Amino acid sequence: MPIFELGEVKIQVDEDGFMEEPEAWNDAVARALATTEGVAELSENHWKVIHYLRDYYAKFGIAPMIRKLCKESGFSLKEIYEMFPSGPAKGACKVAGLAKPTGCV
Amino acid sequence: MSEKTPGPNELAKIEYNPPKKDWMNPEVSFRKGTFNYSAIPKSVEYLGLPYARKWQPTDKDWNLPANWKEILLNGLKERLDKFRSLRIFMDICVRCGACADKCHFFIGSGDPKNMPILRAELLRSVYRNDFTRAGKILGRLAGARELTVDVVKEWFFYFYQCTECRRCSVFCPYGIDTAEITIIVRELLNLIGCGIDWITTPAANCFRTGNHLGIQPHGFKDSVDFAVDDLEENTGVRVEASINRKGAEILFVVPSADYFGDPHYFGFLGYMALFHEIGLDYTFSAFASEGGNFGLFHSHEMMKRLNAKIYAEAKRLGVKWIIGGECGHMWRVLHQYMDTMNGPADFLEAPVSPITGTKFENASSTKMVHIAEFTADLIKNGKLKLDPKRNDHWKVTFHDSCNPARAMGLIEEPRYILRNVCNHFYEMPENTIKEQTFCCGSGSGLGTDENLEMRLRGGLPRANAVKYVHEKHDVNLLTCICAIDKATLPPLLEYWVPGVAVAGVHELVGNALVMKGENERVVDLRGQSIVKKEAIDHV
Repeated sequence: MPIFELGEVKIQVDEDGFMEEPEAWNDAVARALATTEGVAELSENHWKVIHYLRDYYAKFGIAPMIRKLCKESGFSLKEIYEMFPSGPAKGACKVAGLAKPTGCV
Repeated sequence: MSEKTPGPNELAKIEYNPPKKDWMNPEVSFRKGTFNYSAIPKSVEYLGLPYARKWQPTDKDWNLPANWKEILLNGLKERLDKFRSLRIFMDICVRCGACADKCHFFIGSGDPKNMPILRAELLRSVYRNDFTRAGKILGRLAGARELTVDVVKEWFFYFYQCTECRRCSVFCPYGIDTAEITIIVRELLNLIGCGIDWITTPAANCFRTGNHLGIQPHGFKDSVDFAVDDLEENTGVRVEASINRKGAEILFVVPSADYFGDPHYFGFLGYMALFHEIGLDYTFSAFASEGGNFGLFHSHEMMKRLNAKIYAEAKRLGVKWIIGGECGHMWRVLHQYMDTMNGPADFLEAPVSPITGTKFENASSTKMVHIAEFTADLIKNGKLKLDPKRNDHWKVTFHDSCNPARAMGLIEEPRYILRNVCNHFYEMPENTIKEQTFCCGSGSGLGTDENLEMRLRGGLPRANAVKYVHEKHDVNLLTCICAIDKATLPPLLEYWVPGVAVAGVHELVGNALVMKGENERVVDLRGQSIVKKEAIDHV
């Protein structure tokens, strides 16, 4: 299992760099994972998306529908792509420490 | 999209001259972008499957069980005895080559082992070696070769590079179904713990939570409730959508991506608007909250285990019959296997549309009707008020998803719907649609990020046909009736034909549907203005 290490952060990740243990997530992990997504610094808007995803994940054990994420975070899909270039599932969810969704998505 | 993925001009340079080396020597290079990751041990164990372990195709040693060869040969023997079709497919091929250039992966890669004939030969050579007299005596001269670890690696590479789309079998004069050969080899590979994660984890999720995505019942309810609110905001009409409601007339089963992904979700809104408008007495189920069946991509046994949920839930809820949503491979399972695998569903009634009185004779045995048939029948009987102008911002083409088109012959119904819900519909060239349709290149569990280059190659013929209508008719929307299509065609088209979005047929139905008590509709189900043409906001 690959290990991702940056500064103080040391976590287990899968082949695509998604966290293996989402419960070990914290702000420092998010900042470290963001660098792998080409995001040098997390802005207030980034955190808004990340915290929304974390809250949803705590309640439902999975990422929310993309449409719901957009509507409830107040950002369009385009804006989310601008913030997280790999998009909501592969970029934002990765930084928020969520597992990668599988299936017809 | 990975920075390492070659650009379209580079990827389109395809070498069709076969290499000089002998095909019988197995040689596979697991290059990034052209293969899928192995199944994670947790999911393998969850399904009770053997040889869960950490490994990747790029490892030199796959850490196979000590008696791997015995397992595979016994497994093959068992299947040759069980499936007469397999033995016939092994014996009957005359190498005429009619299939050779029909595979989208061969067209997009030029790799001769992606010719269906040669892909099948990868198994057939082992069959000859161990199960035929000619092969046992003449060996290589009779096209026989020994099963080695390298052959196993080659199987893994090429049988997870076939999307089971069955285009080749349309052209085979003997009707050899290469998809069935792929199904068998994948079964064999799973006997020694060599499955891929994109298939195994969704299957495990489906057992755990009811659907491939792993959405739990309260999450499913949350998504449905959100969709009801969203639809009301958009149309002014509040619909009802129940889950697990006993005594409903109809159970409605959709692929889970319909209530998770984009653009699937807009079609989900379309279904709900339609059913509300006609007053259909239906319910969703949290237990059978998945129409798709990634078991089909794993083994017959896994397909049966996943499929069993639909009838079980229909029985528990006491519905009369079942409607299924826009999903591709789901319909191969429902149409060709369900009745004999988990039927007969004699506790259900032969489906009759409560709105039109039409009896769906074709589904009198399975008791399960495709939503496109159901909707086409409503339109044909004049039961819907439609305003196709509301889709005037789209110039539309239709991609036949492999399984509804080739496995169940559902060809005219979606087209009939489209002609009634939009004013600008254009067909792609005849040899790329209907039963000759080209696959999206990502079906049968191969729609992963790590496999992106191979997906773009496999999707090239489809994209090329889209490009034709895009340039000729300014087509800006590709419609389809498959959740894998909706997930994988947007990045494919963005790569090869930018400017063409993807939508489900029922998204356009929802746009055009005139609902009682609705607001003046100024936006479509995506929230885009229908008053003036806008740039496609699709990423």
